[in-house]
Amino acid sequence: MVSLTINGEKHDLDVPDEMPLLWAIRDVVGLTGTKFGCGVAQCGCCTVHLDDAAVRSCVTPVSAAVGKSITTIEALGTPEQPHALQTAWIDEQVPQCGYCQSGQLMAISGLLKTNPHPTDADLASSITNICRCGTYGRIRKAVARATGGGQTS
Amino acid sequence: MTTINRGDFVRLGSVFAGSLVLGVSANGCANQSHGAPSASASPETAGFKPNAWLIVHPDEKVTIFVNKSEMGQGVATGMPTIVADELDIPMDNVIMEFAPAAAVYADPGFHLQITGGSTSTASMWMPLRTAGASARAMLVAAAAKQWGVDPSTLTTKNGSVIDAKNNRTATYGSLVAAAAAIPAPAKPTMKTPDQFTLIGKVNQRIDTPLKVNGTAKYGIDVRVPGMKFASVLYPPVFGAKVVSFDASKAKQVKGVTDVVQIPSGVAVVADNSWAAFQGKAALVVKYDNGAFAGQSTETLKARYLKLASDGTGAIPAVERGSKDVSGKRLEATYFGNLAAHAAMEPMNATASVTPGGVEIWAPTQVQTMAQASAAKIAGVPVDKVQIHTTYLGGGFGRRLYTDFTNDAVWVSKAVKAPVQVIWQREDDTQHDWYKPMGANSVSGVLDDHGNLVAMQHTVVMDSIYEGLGFPLPPSGLDAISMDTVVNSSYEIPNYHAYYINPKSGVPPGSLRAPGANWNTFVVETFMDELAHAAGKDPLEFRLALLKKNPRAQNVLRTVAKNASWGSPAAGTKQGIAFGFWNGTSVATVAEVSMNGNTPRVHRAFVVADVGRAVNPTIVLQQLEGATNYGLSMALASIITIKNGAVQQHNFYDYIVMRIDEAPEIHAEIVSSSENPTGVGEPATVTIAPAVASAVFAINGKRARVLPFSEAYT
Repeated sequence: MVSLTINGEKHDLDVPDEMPLLWAIRDVVGLTGTKFGCGVAQCGCCTVHLDDAAVRSCVTPVSAAVGKSITTIEALGTPEQPHALQTAWIDEQVPQCGYCQSGQLMAISGLLKTNPHPTDADLASSITNICRCGTYGRIRKAVARATGGGQTS
Repeated sequence: MTTINRGDFVRLGSVFAGSLVLGVSANGCANQSHGAPSASASPETAGFKPNAWLIVHPDEKVTIFVNKSEMGQGVATGMPTIVADELDIPMDNVIMEFAPAAAVYADPGFHLQITGGSTSTASMWMPLRTAGASARAMLVAAAAKQWGVDPSTLTTKNGSVIDAKNNRTATYGSLVAAAAAIPAPAKPTMKTPDQFTLIGKVNQRIDTPLKVNGTAKYGIDVRVPGMKFASVLYPPVFGAKVVSFDASKAKQVKGVTDVVQIPSGVAVVADNSWAAFQGKAALVVKYDNGAFAGQSTETLKARYLKLASDGTGAIPAVERGSKDVSGKRLEATYFGNLAAHAAMEPMNATASVTPGGVEIWAPTQVQTMAQASAAKIAGVPVDKVQIHTTYLGGGFGRRLYTDFTNDAVWVSKAVKAPVQVIWQREDDTQHDWYKPMGANSVSGVLDDHGNLVAMQHTVVMDSIYEGLGFPLPPSGLDAISMDTVVNSSYEIPNYHAYYINPKSGVPPGSLRAPGANWNTFVVETFMDELAHAAGKDPLEFRLALLKKNPRAQNVLRTVAKNASWGSPAAGTKQGIAFGFWNGTSVATVAEVSMNGNTPRVHRAFVVADVGRAVNPTIVLQQLEGATNYGLSMALASIITIKNGAVQQHNFYDYIVMRIDEAPEIHAEIVSSSENPTGVGEPATVTIAPAVASAVFAINGKRARVLPFSEAYT
């Protein structure tokens, strides 16, 4: 039995210690906003927060998440209080197919915790999430809109 | 999928339709409810249902059924926008619902329920306007009857019928019962474009909010009570068969419940996806690898190049004017490697086979084919197969195939439970329907003034059309594999085009602008070679060959103006290219520098003429996205074959673009009052040749191979 705290709720799961967190979240707990893209930490679709850190849940065993606070896209914001990135994603009409966007939002919101005003160059060096629809330009604009575009003033 | 408005395509289209035995009706518009959702399916279906496309509910909401698959290209917003505008309701009142698989929802051009060829808006434009206008006329007639006035004295606005003379209004919701008794008009009056309130003006997408909070449901997110998860081990070599397998270790994996053989491979069924993957890894399988096991990229490439050079089996596609024209002659041979779709959502489908029928939940682009195929596998009539289309996590043509829906049906049938078959990324990379290899032999003749007076073009490419499961016409000509060559936009007096089908054994796929995504690279790069040999500006050289084509001229001139053609930013060079896909003219200028052997695209300017843009923001998204998709594929995406199997596995060896390589893109739609044309694919084709010509301007190296990682070494 593994005990996980996901979006503030405790779940006791009968899964092996080495099961990747992604599958515990999706197939066992049933939260499907976190996506499967590659299974080898390449694409970032599966990004969630472990405490304050953005991690690739497809290669994070559930045992590594015990005792930590797991946040998924479902709890990034609320309908009443969306995350600033979610609002900017709508304002800039970022998503096309949308499949990678949970991961993009979790990865970039994770980045904002240590770098609240990332530049385009910061995104280029820190964010490796893949978007096959090619929404990268709109992601840059939305991040700038939400954070002031690298300006710290 | 490609155009259907040319002779060859019409012929192909009739084969396309005739190969199905479903009795699909072509005029699937008003008042045919066959196969449409039943009124009791959900609480939202109560109300006035004038045709298959919409239901007006008493609470003023209107359910609009979308018969096209939403894979990012925006149909879930665009289709309802067209209906809502003619119906005269605000977008806030729209409830979008994906249509079930049914004859009434067939595409009027393909006679199939299918999403491909950037045809959705073009082909559904009039049927959806008619459906909305028809419903509006019935609501007006219902109000007129209640009030005892002539319908022509009434107007509509924002979901209400207005009697201005007598200062009264009736909301559509209040009229649902009365409207149900009104017959549908034979020829409803549609709006004139100046009356549009939504078309051309809506710039948000219905699905954006769902895609930023994790609530949009894709195929992989389907959850059905009692369902299992399955992963299939497919033979790595194309055409190979399973001889025997040992599942004893797989069955020891915690969570694995069944291991079953299906026609495509061995399926491991489990309580969760990960257990299924673990079980698959523990399978021991013996294969009969078959004849293709001896093939490699090198053997295939050698054969393609030989065919392109000696012309064996060439099928005439266009023969215009003389083949014997004197002047300055240029010849070149181009070779394009295999590429994979690599949609972000791996292939998957969920099926439940019961004695009564089949239910499928899937991210499919081909409802009609998935339904027909499932019926055959399960041994039930087609009308006992229900298809629920989910959101698609990218499509790009990959989901035009029924392999993944078939497998879900096979496994569910075997284990007698609902099953989601989920592919690992490695399965997706190694069992795609690939952008075929292409070997193209081209020649051109310039007269004394540097005008292009003759061109010959031979295309060696597997048949994309056959890959889709349809028989070629008796000539053997595949107009999809020949796209942009068989229907060249350029006005060249002496023009000859030939097709050779090498039948390589690699599954040939329809990938975003199929055929054209390679052939346009050849044509446009060769145009740059010719312009250079003629000593002419590449823009002017093209304009001289498009004199009768004002829309092509317009996009070229506009993109040149936007990009300050001839005055590149410091440290960069420019390249230009023109493309034509299914009615849409597109042109791109790329601003490039070299980083070692890798082109670095700083800015890309793209301009398209898509006719009237229903949702301008979505059109711009598609121009931007297609540019990045085409550039990503051109930079370093390559699938290679060794011993009959694909050598790449995942995103660490099948390389796609990330944000660090994404150029700044300036997209523009030229203003047009023509009917809409497609936008999902066109801009895929022009970026690679624009980049290649810019690189030539930098270092004099001509890329006659794609991807660039194979060309610049």
